[in-house]
Amino acid sequence: MHIPLSELIQHFINGLTLGSIYALIALGYTMVYGILKFINFAHGDILTMGTYVGLMTYTGLIGTSTNPTWILLSFVVAMLVAMLASAILGVIIERVAYRPLRKAPRLAPLISAIGVSIILMNLAALIFGTKSRNFPYPFDNSTINWGAVTITPHEILILAVSLALMIVLKLFVDFSRMGKAMRATSLDQEVASLMGINVNFIISLTFFIGSALAAVAGVLVAMSYKVYPTMGGLAGLKAFIAAVVGGIGNISGAMIGGLLLGVLETFGVVVLGIPEGYKDTIAFGMLILVLLVKPSGIMGKSTREKV
Amino acid sequence: MNLLEVQGLAKVYGGVRAVDDVDFVAEAGRISGIIGPNGAGKTTLFNVITGLDEPTRGRVLFKGRDVTGLAAHRVTRLGIARTFQNIRLFKELTVIENIMIGRHVRAGHPRLARLRTVNALHTLWSRAKVEQSIYQSARRWLEFFGLEQFAGELARNLPYGKQRSLEIARALATDPTLLFLDEPAAGMNQAETRELLGTIKRVNGLGITIVLIEHDMRLVMNVCDRITVLNYGKKLAEGTPEEIKNNPAVIEAYLGREE
Amino acid sequence: MIDFLSLLVIYIGIYAILSMSLNLIVGYTGLLSLCHAAFLAVGAYTTAILMVNYHMSFWWSILLAGIVAGLFGLLIGLPTLRLSGDYLAIATLGFGQIVQNVIINWDSLTRGPMGIPNVPMPTLFGLTINPFVKWEFLILVGFFVALTFLVFRHLTRSRLGRALEAIREDEIAAATMGISTFKYKSVAFALGSFFAGIAGSLWAAYNQSVFPGTFDFNLSVLILCMVVLGGLGTHWGSVLGAVIIVLASELPRLVGITDIISPQFKQILFGLILVVMMIFRPSGLLTRRKPDFGRYARLSPAGTNAGGTGAGAGTVQP
Repeated sequence: MHIPLSELIQHFINGLTLGSIYALIALGYTMVYGILKFINFAHGDILTMGTYVGLMTYTGLIGTSTNPTWILLSFVVAMLVAMLASAILGVIIERVAYRPLRKAPRLAPLISAIGVSIILMNLAALIFGTKSRNFPYPFDNSTINWGAVTITPHEILILAVSLALMIVLKLFVDFSRMGKAMRATSLDQEVASLMGINVNFIISLTFFIGSALAAVAGVLVAMSYKVYPTMGGLAGLKAFIAAVVGGIGNISGAMIGGLLLGVLETFGVVVLGIPEGYKDTIAFGMLILVLLVKPSGIMGKSTREKV
Repeated sequence: MNLLEVQGLAKVYGGVRAVDDVDFVAEAGRISGIIGPNGAGKTTLFNVITGLDEPTRGRVLFKGRDVTGLAAHRVTRLGIARTFQNIRLFKELTVIENIMIGRHVRAGHPRLARLRTVNALHTLWSRAKVEQSIYQSARRWLEFFGLEQFAGELARNLPYGKQRSLEIARALATDPTLLFLDEPAAGMNQAETRELLGTIKRVNGLGITIVLIEHDMRLVMNVCDRITVLNYGKKLAEGTPEEIKNNPAVIEAYLGREE
Repeated sequence: MIDFLSLLVIYIGIYAILSMSLNLIVGYTGLLSLCHAAFLAVGAYTTAILMVNYHMSFWWSILLAGIVAGLFGLLIGLPTLRLSGDYLAIATLGFGQIVQNVIINWDSLTRGPMGIPNVPMPTLFGLTINPFVKWEFLILVGFFVALTFLVFRHLTRSRLGRALEAIREDEIAAATMGISTFKYKSVAFALGSFFAGIAGSLWAAYNQSVFPGTFDFNLSVLILCMVVLGGLGTHWGSVLGAVIIVLASELPRLVGITDIISPQFKQILFGLILVVMMIFRPSGLLTRRKPDFGRYARLSPAGTNAGGTGAGAGTVQP
């Protein structure tokens, strides 16, 4: 089956766009796992909540206005509000549902996270209703033709924002003092605290940043996929898989894993002809494969338990 | 007769040579000690021999048979048991249950020893009878260590010294020919250490070969027939307690530290 | 009202089997499995397909349902059981999704989203066991609940049960005791999924139909809730958990206020139960019973190390 180059590039761009979303969400998972060695099952639902708040802010600010500048401005404000809402929610959840379980047996925080996830998802349904809502584009989303490739402003926005945020995060973690503190804490909590790092603050900060990034992903995705109570669920799960594939606990890994998953999913359907219904199986298949071959992921180093 | 022979064993983690070309021998019926500063590779050596880690290079011979790289549960079946530096008991289970788990490898019908799955089914079919024999064997080790009063107590509720004894009892319940003890005296006071010394001698008296890692020099010098010294993963010296005590290289490695 | 009560008890019974079987995996062996609904689905669909398409008798189909589900358990266990707790949980979650996904998409076998209706009623010696007639189905379910309970009790009060609990407590130490952790974890998974398959069969017979939408992650979580609430490592706990959760679930209907309480409240309640239980009583309502070995205390006639399979160089005795 011969596919022209321009089509391949098109699919690649689509894949990267999808992958950027996965990457943004995956970052939250990987950062929390890196520090607490714990999978925050509720991450996707924090995304959902933030997105709803963003939607409400956006529609509230716009009202009936048709002023394009105002609309764009409202969008930016709404995005920031969504980020803040998710961030605060993430911090609260850590404080209430996870911190008490730091010394508990391994299963406990996982089960607690599942509980939180269920609560959030249904709370969203209760407050905002189960019907999916539209998140209107803040700009004219007509396709732009660039040679044989078509792209929409929406996709450009996704790619640009994701790239920017990932670069900022990487710089922050690698070069700033707090980033260093985060890295130290993820290596050894005890030693970090002995060196004067406020571990609780760093943990809260991790949840803050990770949740905010997820909200960005949620808002970006909402415009094309709408907003509904379970939106965080499947995307969150896939993003988690991306994080594992890239090497959980590793920030670059999350980015690589996310982009890889996005590209593979897109190519899987259009190039390999995997039926639409089985699309999700690609992600799970990747997960099983990675867990079998190299559980520590693409960028990960295997950690051993000290006997 | 050499019960255990370690030849040219090496374990490398990334760039770190945790164990570097170590030769070691444990004579049957004797008590051998392995000492060295922290990080010398002693526990890593134990882990590799007992199957909790894979060697990078080298061979391990047990009773003349090559057991290099065998998984932990297989190593135990052959007759090597061990305890851990940071006691690893089954905390939520009772003391007697802990020891009974030690009987896991030896439970069932003697003639089914090689057919493990069939034996396992047998332990379910004749549950009561098998449970009785497991219980009674475990009970004898309970009494050997004077832990009778704690039989029904949860392992995590035991005082520290008793937890150590329990861990050793559990290891002995596997009917080992060779017993590895990893810092058994850690965290013990003088009285407890003296008691431990007696216990080690009693166990040895049953015919069990012992290899022990320790930092407590008084214990080591008093109980070991032979001592091997490791430093930075390499063997530094080997000999009788007297020879080791006076070995300048050993003294230097410890920076003249005396316990 | 009496019919509704027996409906309730039947559901409690089926969930008790599910809860006990998951407990074997989660509570006894310490493996967080999030795909129990998938095993339920496999069992339910096996029975539905065999009875509808091949006119098999219920009794053969329930046996096969268990076996097929058990095989799925082994299948899922093979790649995932080498992984540590968190990864295992996610892998099982993934598998659960895959199973549901496949059921929905494999139309030719499962009729996809349409499900399989008209599953015939079980018959015993010519007598039809009608789910809607008084006590008949209730006794059927009760029989399997009792069977499951007794089998599990026998298994856990044995060398096998201790091995599983050893793995839960400390996998590395368990390996050092000669326990092949991979083998025993696989056994736990296979047994747990086998009985989930049995529950699935009862489910299909009772509902007289199967639909893929039922067997989702939420259902797996619901069953987990029962296990966690009732108590890890205790079979009565699992039964208790099933009783409480099913009652809580159906309480609005019992009291007659279904209009006011929306389904989300129920789910939020379950979520809260999970979180609160973990923070305040992680081991569950009922605690693991300390085994009583009193009756083994008599000395055996041989006096020495009887019943042992011998050590390396002969039997060691203190």
